[in-house]
Amino acid sequence: MSKRTFSIGGVHPHDNKISRECAIEPLPLSPTVYLSMSQHIGAPAKPVVAVGDKVKVGQVVAEPGGFVSAFIHSSVSGTVKSIGPRKDLAGNPQTCIEIAVEGDEWLEGIDTSDTLVTGIPADNKAIIDKIRLGGVVGLGGATFPTHVKLSPPPGSKCERVIINGCECEPYLTSDYRTLLEKGEQVVVGAAILRQVMGGVPCTIAIEENKPEAVAHIQDVIRKLGYEGIEVMVMKMMYPQGGEKQLIDAVMHRQVGSGALPISVGAVVQNVATALAVYDAVQKNKPIVDNSVTVTGECFPRQANLLVRVGTPLSYIIDYLGGVPADAVKVISGGPMMGRAVANLDAATVKGTGALLFLTEKQTRRQPASACIRCGKCADACPMGLEPFLLNRLVKVNDLEQLEANAAQDCIECGCCLYSCPAHIPLLDNIRMGKGAVLGAIRARAAKK
Amino acid sequence: MSKLIVSPSPHIHSKDSTRSLMLDVVIALLPAVLCSFVFYGWREILVMAVSVGSCLLLEWAVTRYMLKKPSTLGDLSAVVTGILLGLNLPYTTPWWVVVIGAVVAIGVAKMTFGGLGQNIWNPALVGRVFLLVSFPTYMTTWSQPQGLFGADAVTGATPLGVINEGLMGGASVKDIMAEHGYDYGQMLFANIGGSAGEVCAIALLLGFVYLCCRRVIKPWITLTIFATVALTALIFWGVNPDRFTGPVFNLLTGGLILGACFMATDYVTSPMSLWGGVVFGVGIGFLTMMIRYFGSYPEGVSFAILIMNSFVPLINMAFKQKKFGRK
Repeated sequence: MSKRTFSIGGVHPHDNKISRECAIEPLPLSPTVYLSMSQHIGAPAKPVVAVGDKVKVGQVVAEPGGFVSAFIHSSVSGTVKSIGPRKDLAGNPQTCIEIAVEGDEWLEGIDTSDTLVTGIPADNKAIIDKIRLGGVVGLGGATFPTHVKLSPPPGSKCERVIINGCECEPYLTSDYRTLLEKGEQVVVGAAILRQVMGGVPCTIAIEENKPEAVAHIQDVIRKLGYEGIEVMVMKMMYPQGGEKQLIDAVMHRQVGSGALPISVGAVVQNVATALAVYDAVQKNKPIVDNSVTVTGECFPRQANLLVRVGTPLSYIIDYLGGVPADAVKVISGGPMMGRAVANLDAATVKGTGALLFLTEKQTRRQPASACIRCGKCADACPMGLEPFLLNRLVKVNDLEQLEANAAQDCIECGCCLYSCPAHIPLLDNIRMGKGAVLGAIRARAAKK
Repeated sequence: MSKLIVSPSPHIHSKDSTRSLMLDVVIALLPAVLCSFVFYGWREILVMAVSVGSCLLLEWAVTRYMLKKPSTLGDLSAVVTGILLGLNLPYTTPWWVVVIGAVVAIGVAKMTFGGLGQNIWNPALVGRVFLLVSFPTYMTTWSQPQGLFGADAVTGATPLGVINEGLMGGASVKDIMAEHGYDYGQMLFANIGGSAGEVCAIALLLGFVYLCCRRVIKPWITLTIFATVALTALIFWGVNPDRFTGPVFNLLTGGLILGACFMATDYVTSPMSLWGGVVFGVGIGFLTMMIRYFGSYPEGVSFAILIMNSFVPLINMAFKQKKFGRK
């Protein structure tokens, strides 16, 4: 089988999947969970419970605050202790519902058994509504509400659903373990998604460094007898799992600047999202937990944990033995695009996929030296941009030229900074420029 | 938990650094340097030592006393310039001429423009061409290789010089080559007159392959130069083999390999994109052949590279990578 990849740029960081053999294990409940109202892109959710209310697992505790927003469900059973601002992992205050855990009582109607339900309801509208009510958001990182993605604007037509199982970030293994352990559910989720999009073909894209997952999913598709779902083996290349890159690799179509994937007929959903869709539609189970990879060479115990949403990071870390003495950085997510954690008391959100511990040596940033015009950043950029040029334009604050040179197209994958031999903080600067350009574009649109 | 570092992504970095890339270039040049030591002996060692030493000293002095900035010796780029300058000079060059070359290379061509990354022309080549124009006697009195323990030098001219002179005297290329006993096997492995870096084609090509394997450089610029030189020579030689030298001769002489592998591929002074590199390479190859065939200097690679260096900003503007999802 020929291995597909995207057409421009990319880098080859060592994949370091040291937790790949660790089966997903449920984390014991923490005494308290904190459910953030901003777990998704879009408007924050609005709490619908009051302090003192008793809640069960799967009960709605907050409603969408707008069209692009999502339901939030209690991930535990217990009593609402407080509703108010609490610091997230970056240290920014977010409205959180604090729930003291009492037992583990699930809401009636939620099927918590392991039985695989393969019969898919015929009514697509009802399916999308179940996905909306299940609080499903994109779990690949962007946490975009899934029901919105599944309701394309009029005039656009979906031609292919892509299930993103690339997991191209080094260290991360939660999607891999999900494919191995919940392969049937993921495939049924994929079948639901392609049915909703009008019975279009579906591609499950998996990178070549996960041959066991490829074989298993192919096996599952054969066993379940689904047609129209295929597995595609992708080349190991970062950022293969970037939405635009993956569409390019699978469909040979490039999503234009500022356009949505649907403009080229693609809908991309992450493996964990496909599982969440299965849970919401087939089992009435909203998102109350997700798999989190906890890893790092310096970390004493590698693990893939099934964690209830809202569990404090410190609780997870203490369960596995605490922060190692030589770790200087804790990252929520992968080493290329993850966010450095400033506050270990912050709680997980739906999109939390990993906690990574890096030592000083692994993550040290060398002082920047002069640009030697080697062009490695331009070679690495998967969007075909010229990071060295954008970096200079940011320094002279030339918004017009930044826009002409497509700073707004930057996907912040980090390939430029990763590959720069002069250690110039290219992405740091380009982010600032991108923000300014996007602001200018929005201001222009508002004037019209 | 106040010890945690918080910084934007990415949180890891490739192992490449300016220093590691330059170190790879130094390693790639080692076979050629060792060959030149073996063939030319202690006087070549002296030329190389003076060249590298004065390049380092100058860069240190300029950063310390004129720019008042931290030393940049650690990036090893001055070492690369020093070695390249050393390889571009005949081993008989007096030490003070070498020092002048280093002053021009580092002092004028590199640091005046703002140091590494800012210069328009390849520093070592500017140094070499300055010496070629200012001290033609020292720079054109090439010597036959005598070996590490050999006797005194026998002065002669390089194959290109011999041909140039012979042609002016009205002889045909074939006669001149036969008279001087040039053969291609000898040129490939060593022992032709010229500057130190022209001695051993195989050693230079070995270094080039190393740089490509380590992904320090991409092979396109070099291969385009070779192809253009070969093609241009093939056409002229095909039309008139008495008046023009052939492709193999032109590939193996006059520092073409040194220039194409190590000077034309200098990051700072070469285009970034693949097609920009191809245009750059075609320009160098064609200009080299025009200078060799019709110019008054027998040798053209240095001038060709410096001329094309000047066009790099334009080439970079003309050949941009296609942006994702844009026309």
